[in-house]
Amino acid sequence: MTHLRLTPPQTVGPFFHDCLLGRGARVVVSQPAEATIRIEGTLVDGAGQSVDDAMVEVWQADSHGRYHHPADTRDVPDDNGFIGYGRAATDEAGRFWFSTVKPGPVPGPDGRTQAPHLVVQVFARGLLDVLTTRLYFAGEVANDEDPVLQTVPRERRDTLLAQESHDDGEVVYRFDIVLQGEHETVFFDVGGRRRGR
Amino acid sequence: MSVIAAIEDDPDEVFPPYLYEAYRSTLARAPSQPLVDLIPTLSEITGPGPAVSAVTPQDADLTTNSGTGHPAIGERMIVTGRVLGSGGDAVGHTLVEVWQANAAGRYIHRDDQHHAPLDPNFLGIGRCLTDGNGWYRLLTIRPGPYPWRNHPNAWRPAHIHFSVFGPSIQSRLVTQMYFPGDPLHALDPIFNAIPSAAARSRLIAEYDHDITEEEWALGYRFDIVVDGPAATPFDNGHGL
Repeated sequence: MTHLRLTPPQTVGPFFHDCLLGRGARVVVSQPAEATIRIEGTLVDGAGQSVDDAMVEVWQADSHGRYHHPADTRDVPDDNGFIGYGRAATDEAGRFWFSTVKPGPVPGPDGRTQAPHLVVQVFARGLLDVLTTRLYFAGEVANDEDPVLQTVPRERRDTLLAQESHDDGEVVYRFDIVLQGEHETVFFDVGGRRRGR
Repeated sequence: MSVIAAIEDDPDEVFPPYLYEAYRSTLARAPSQPLVDLIPTLSEITGPGPAVSAVTPQDADLTTNSGTGHPAIGERMIVTGRVLGSGGDAVGHTLVEVWQANAAGRYIHRDDQHHAPLDPNFLGIGRCLTDGNGWYRLLTIRPGPYPWRNHPNAWRPAHIHFSVFGPSIQSRLVTQMYFPGDPLHALDPIFNAIPSAAARSRLIAEYDHDITEEEWALGYRFDIVVDGPAATPFDNGHGL
């Protein structure tokens, strides 16, 4: 098989907003009225400072656990028009939020099932490569059997669990991201390309 | 094809460390814990489709997409190339987004206070979709270098920021394209955070006289190779 050498990543820098967020792609579902949950969090650095110039992207399955992508070839009903991708800048207090639906469980390796989750990617000045993590939902029974969560050191798993609360009738899941230091969020090396570093 | 090589990628050569002291912003933002290995699942081999919003042909022309009716000032140039998967397959119908400083080295951004003129006819943002064979093509002006405050007398080499989706979320890439022969390359900690010279060289566009159009614009070739499984292209226009 031909193997082309990868193009290296570089930082997104501080000046991406007009290009990448000029049209405000905060909402994950195609019709905002369809959103049933809100995900919100704060991004902080190793000094405890909020990160006000970052971008957070999410990718998720719909409420049936179906991905809007040709690689998901299962014969599963899908939420009509649901895309599953969202992008948000952090604000002056380091906050980000998404309106979406809670994803269903999705297939994992070896016939196992993955608990509902979102893939979360963080881009910022000072990040020379994307940081990839996952958001799981605290209290999901399926979390205990999730094949990816099980690979995470037990004492760090709670950094991947969004906590549910209710705000004026809206279901809110809080998911703070800590780049460095105490309660540092677990970040993944997808496909082993960085050799864990 | 300039990017084809029979060499297995060495991740140590391609990927910058998160903590790179010469780039000061990494100090408080780099994770201190090792990354946890994740074998790609359906969640990683899928990803967003062609676009996050409608793309028009005008979006690819940064010299006129300000909509003022007047062209941007600067050295007009064509930037074109292919987006490919590491397996050699073209990544068709994928979104390429770019942003850059103007010819004087200034961004339209509230945080850019560089004492250089803004160009009212230049937004510095563009986007396009690759065609079925992975080709993208942009018309823009050459960006200027600009100072930053990382260290005394620090200047970023001229560059264009690129954001590319590729076939899956695993292939998501944000990078920067540089220009050949820039003396600032050797002095730039962001560029030099990439460990190997071979990998760094892949971020430098090639001047290509076959792309240059007579009495119109200089031509540069910049191919982009993204990670991940073989492409599973969306039909053009579907997905998003």
